[in-house]
Amino acid sequence: MSADLQSIWIYLATSPLLGLTSTLLAYQAAMWLFERCGRRPLLNPILVAVAMIVGFLMATGTEYRTYFDGAQFVHFLLGPATVALAVPLYHQLSLLRRAWPAVLAVVLSGAVVAGASAVAIAWSLGGSERILLSLAPKSVTIPIAMGIAERIGGIPSLTAVMVMLTGMVGAIGGGWILDLARVRNQAARGLALGIASHGIGTVRALQMGETAGAFAGLAIGLTGLATAILVPLLISWVR
Amino acid sequence: MLPSLTVLLLCQLAGEVVVRLLGLPLPGPVIGMVILFLGLVVRGRVPAGLDQAVKAILGNFALLFIPASVGVMVHLGAIWTEALPIAAAVLGSTILTIVATGRLMQALSKPPDNGTDKDRA
Repeated sequence: MSADLQSIWIYLATSPLLGLTSTLLAYQAAMWLFERCGRRPLLNPILVAVAMIVGFLMATGTEYRTYFDGAQFVHFLLGPATVALAVPLYHQLSLLRRAWPAVLAVVLSGAVVAGASAVAIAWSLGGSERILLSLAPKSVTIPIAMGIAERIGGIPSLTAVMVMLTGMVGAIGGGWILDLARVRNQAARGLALGIASHGIGTVRALQMGETAGAFAGLAIGLTGLATAILVPLLISWVR
Repeated sequence: MLPSLTVLLLCQLAGEVVVRLLGLPLPGPVIGMVILFLGLVVRGRVPAGLDQAVKAILGNFALLFIPASVGVMVHLGAIWTEALPIAAAVLGSTILTIVATGRLMQALSKPPDNGTDKDRA
């Protein structure tokens, strides 16, 4: 009997089915918990789902690569979903027509503040060079951030982790931080979350409303573009 | 749903081609977003089917970040040995960026105090 279970497990552990199913299960459980507890930002569904999956993989001794073989089908949809952000953006067209010079100015200064302050803080606390370089592009969406890290000599997969942590800070604390800073304008709230915390901040902004979500989605692409141009320049200038 | 998904994939594909042709330092989906946006501007409205499909996809946006985030388990060691600089940099810089950009955007989008359309924003 236990030999049967063992052989079933060996089959499942190497098939993409397990990674995919566990991702969907963990996500739905995390969403259920999030809704049940009154949508508290601290119970961020991504954070809770990731904690469950990491716990499960470690308990079963499964490697990340094996998990990703299945989960990549979900990961792939990040591309079309990014394209889809054009629709909420289009719904805000009239607002955008009035605001684009401001948006551009804010995105450019935000990209510099995000990259420079992260590197400066880590450097002042004795962070190693690989950490500094992996931190520099942390505010932009995963695919862009990993590309920048590779170009400036950081470690792309470590950058992916920094990007995620940054997203979590923005998604969990962003609402409170904006309240404390007395930022009430919905466009400003969304833009700030999108600039500082890319797609994960945008998930949070979409929960705040369509205006905030649209400006956050707009910020993902613009901040990615600005950072991809500015950060390599800043790094070569500091060196 | 299927035609809409095809439109999204076609925009992404066009984005990938543009990025490679022009050697842009950007991922294809971001250019794909720009292409779809321009297409909607030209068309003047969002087709109902596309609107529904996009709502369904963005309604589960959070799901799509999970596979990459689980990658944190590979780097637990490196993160642990430099936990202080990493935590301080991520926390400090994210808070600073949110406050700075939020305040700046709010200041820039507010109509001037002597203006008459003060409540429109």
